[in-house]
Amino acid sequence: MNRSDIPVRKQKIRRDTTKLRLIVFGTLAGLLILCSIFSKYLCPYDPYLQDLSIAKAPPGSAHLFGTDRYGRDMLSRVIIGSRTSIFSTLLLVAIITVTGTLIGVLCGWHGKKLDTILMRISDIFLAFPGLVFALAVAGVLGGGLHNAIIALAAISWPKYARIARSQTLAQKETTYLQAAVLSGSSTGKIIIRHLIPNIIGPILVTAMLDIGTMMMELAGLSFLGLGAKPPMAEWGSMMSDSRSMMATLPWITFAPGLAIFISVMVFNLLGDTIRDYADPKARGR
Amino acid sequence: MKKYIVKRLLQLIPILLGITFLSFAMMRMAGSDAITELYSNQGGAVSAEVMNEARARLGLDKPFLVQYASWLGGLLRGDMGVSYVSGKNVFQTFISKLPATLLLTVLSVLLTILISIPLGVLAAVRHDGIVDYFLRFLSFIGNSLPNFFVALLLMQLLSIRLGWLPVISGGTSLKSAIMPTLTLAIAMSAKYLRQVRATVLEELHKEYVAGAMARGVRSSVILWKSVFRSSLLTIVTLLALSIGSLLGGTAIIENIFLWDGVGKLAVDAITMRDYPLIQAYVVWMAIIYVLINLITDLLYHALDPRIRQGVSE
Repeated sequence: MNRSDIPVRKQKIRRDTTKLRLIVFGTLAGLLILCSIFSKYLCPYDPYLQDLSIAKAPPGSAHLFGTDRYGRDMLSRVIIGSRTSIFSTLLLVAIITVTGTLIGVLCGWHGKKLDTILMRISDIFLAFPGLVFALAVAGVLGGGLHNAIIALAAISWPKYARIARSQTLAQKETTYLQAAVLSGSSTGKIIIRHLIPNIIGPILVTAMLDIGTMMMELAGLSFLGLGAKPPMAEWGSMMSDSRSMMATLPWITFAPGLAIFISVMVFNLLGDTIRDYADPKARGR
Repeated sequence: MKKYIVKRLLQLIPILLGITFLSFAMMRMAGSDAITELYSNQGGAVSAEVMNEARARLGLDKPFLVQYASWLGGLLRGDMGVSYVSGKNVFQTFISKLPATLLLTVLSVLLTILISIPLGVLAAVRHDGIVDYFLRFLSFIGNSLPNFFVALLLMQLLSIRLGWLPVISGGTSLKSAIMPTLTLAIAMSAKYLRQVRATVLEELHKEYVAGAMARGVRSSVILWKSVFRSSLLTIVTLLALSIGSLLGGTAIIENIFLWDGVGKLAVDAITMRDYPLIQAYVVWMAIIYVLINLITDLLYHALDPRIRQGVSE
């Protein structure tokens, strides 16, 4: 800070790489999703086959990520784990986007008492520190991957409802929507054909930015034993399962950790890029 | 100002009622109740009469709203019933573990401030320079690492490889607080650094900065006296908002490092289905969070000269 030149005027002209980044990160995310869909066929070994004669083998040419204490190939387990981890995260984000948007549109369009009630409810949900409430919900429902998804969905919808509601309120005043109402279109048609396509942008951007966080929180719940349970291969529970042997067999813990890190990073990069793409003014910020 | 505080406090009432009602309803809707769980933990079949008697003793056979009202009354008196598992007073158990969690929270917030505010300002000042890119890169990495992975990495590095710190904290000493604090602060700083950078950057692009530069005011004076001070409001608010994720994050971290706080207590209670304890955790964490938000809001109003002097924007 000694030289302290505040570069107010120093604005370099940079090439806008948004489109290129969009293609690269989109492809990477697509590959991850494909990997989770076709995980069954990508595994070099059977991820659930135990073979004690090769147990605890360190990473090598035969087993790229080594084997765990039952002799299961870690690479195969990480790959098969992508189905649970990536697929359930996408499912979760899809659920909260749809429910949140529906509630928000309903509130914004209908207004009146329904709006007040639903928004007060969302206030209450927003007043809980997210993961604390998810922990309790998952605990009450009794763990399991489905319940972890329900728990995280229960705490995450209000954010989307808020965005959808404010967007709906803004659109409601526009001339084109008023015209559609005056010309006698049915409410359902107006909402589906006109309103939703015009408000979905910011909602989708939020959803893309949320994928990484949701993936980490879902893995976190599994790590605590409140999500997917062994022997089901899931990255968070695999890490928790093996951490007692971390001193001697670090690869069993770090292979799934690396997988979470890479997937979260790819989806975060994609989310950032999509936000930049949608809002050119914010680029480079 | 006084009017505003009263208004905000009144707004809290429905929120707090909602929080307590929701937590209560959630616990009651759970599939298996504590008595079933308790006796199945002990093993062996127990006759329905014995179980019904135990339910009556704990008041579990009364109508839902009656149970809620009596529970809420107890909550106000600091009486949240007894643990189904240990039979101890829930409120006292919770309060006895709270200082450890608060210590962890305060330490990580302090460390976060120490890390991210100077670095965030630096990144904003060196916008698009090498330092900026490097810091953005680091914060991106930090943002993509789940905190439990960071915890395990730190354990592997500091305890197993280097042997500097014990793997598991023995009690709540400052030495054993290092790793959990570091873990929480890394995750939080990564997010917060970005926000500080964006806030300061936005302020730097305002016209008064250019004006001050043109008049020959020294850059350091502009930065610290004007830009940083006006960014501080947003910076404080964002910090308070991120405490919410910290409160949940401590649950995982306390479990990894066996830190004896409320997060570990809650996860233990969840595995035992000890409803009164889970309830105490959820309700009190939510209340603490709401209060932190309230204080931030009031602070915001007290700090903003426009609002303080009653000037509308």
